[in-house]
Amino acid sequence: MINRFSKFTKEHTGALRMTAVMGTILSLVTLMAFTLHHDVKPVAAPIVVKDSVASVAAFKKVYSVLMSPRCMNCHPSGDIPLQGDDSHLHTMSPRRGVDGKGVYAMKCTNCHQPTNTAGKHTPPGNPNWHLPPANMKMIFQGRSANQLAKQLVDRKQNGNKDLKKLLEHADDGLVLSGWNPGEGRTLPPLSHAEFKKQWIIWLKTGAYAPAK
Amino acid sequence: MISLNVNDQNFDIDADPDMPLLWAIRDLVGLTGTKYGCGVAQCGACVVHLNGEAVRSCITKVSRAQGQKIRTIEGLSQNNDHPLQLAWNEVNVPQCGYCHSGQLMSAAVLLRENPNPSDADIDQAMAGNICRCGTYLRIRKAIHLAAELQKKGETRG
Repeated sequence: MINRFSKFTKEHTGALRMTAVMGTILSLVTLMAFTLHHDVKPVAAPIVVKDSVASVAAFKKVYSVLMSPRCMNCHPSGDIPLQGDDSHLHTMSPRRGVDGKGVYAMKCTNCHQPTNTAGKHTPPGNPNWHLPPANMKMIFQGRSANQLAKQLVDRKQNGNKDLKKLLEHADDGLVLSGWNPGEGRTLPPLSHAEFKKQWIIWLKTGAYAPAK
Repeated sequence: MISLNVNDQNFDIDADPDMPLLWAIRDLVGLTGTKYGCGVAQCGACVVHLNGEAVRSCITKVSRAQGQKIRTIEGLSQNNDHPLQLAWNEVNVPQCGYCHSGQLMSAAVLLRENPNPSDADIDQAMAGNICRCGTYLRIRKAIHLAAELQKKGETRG
């Protein structure tokens, strides 16, 4: 079988370069073996070719996006979302609630419409607007690159996403809305295309966490 | 034409799909109990129920409300006897009164979902409804009273 995804937490060292090369060879051999057996179904899982240096470099770019207000504001350390380019606490102090969709008369979609509302200082919109739920907070705020990288691939902290689901998550509707933030809000530091590219590189090279 | 169901009555209105629901309710349906405050979902004066949720009608487009159940302050009860309305009257909550249709509609969602709210629950639920007269303490007191009335079942709940 191909390289396992579970080794993501190792920090990169020069020695791992050799492991990466070995892994690549092993992967190719494995694939060839599968090809020769007609009764073996194609491998559905994405292929990981470990490269800690490339992985860490990619994650640093990914991290710059995830820590931008457009992503972090809905991944707060507390139960009140953040707001604005300075990531201040959301006015009116709406609460996360059990399902991440607010409480009582203060549910997200009471103000956040399916699309952006025109004008500055109006609620941005998305049909699925919400925070992560109370039992899976997926906090970005305050996380170092090392901590966030580990958290993102920990199925106990990432909503039980495996590698395939993580890869798909780059095109999630709410993720994409970060690049359509409404008037007066800055965009993330990378384009979505570049972010997605780096996200995939990070994951497919082993999802290594930076040292810090 | 756009079909709106407001307080269990159907209305066919000639409106742009992007028209704020608030305009449709006030100017086309003719129910003026719902108020315009800020126009950008910051104050809560325009809260109505859309399928039971306390949406801000100033930025909710009529296209979102089409075919859905809308309830305004005029439809909160048949005879102005919702526990909250009775409690509001008993505690004499409003000063100028402008924000209170929105306050009541938000409070109604709270009481429906939490029949026995604490002060903290009330604060969380009502944090998005601003009152320039500062009637917040009376609002909180009246919600507690309404919860009692609702539990006793003496009034329509």
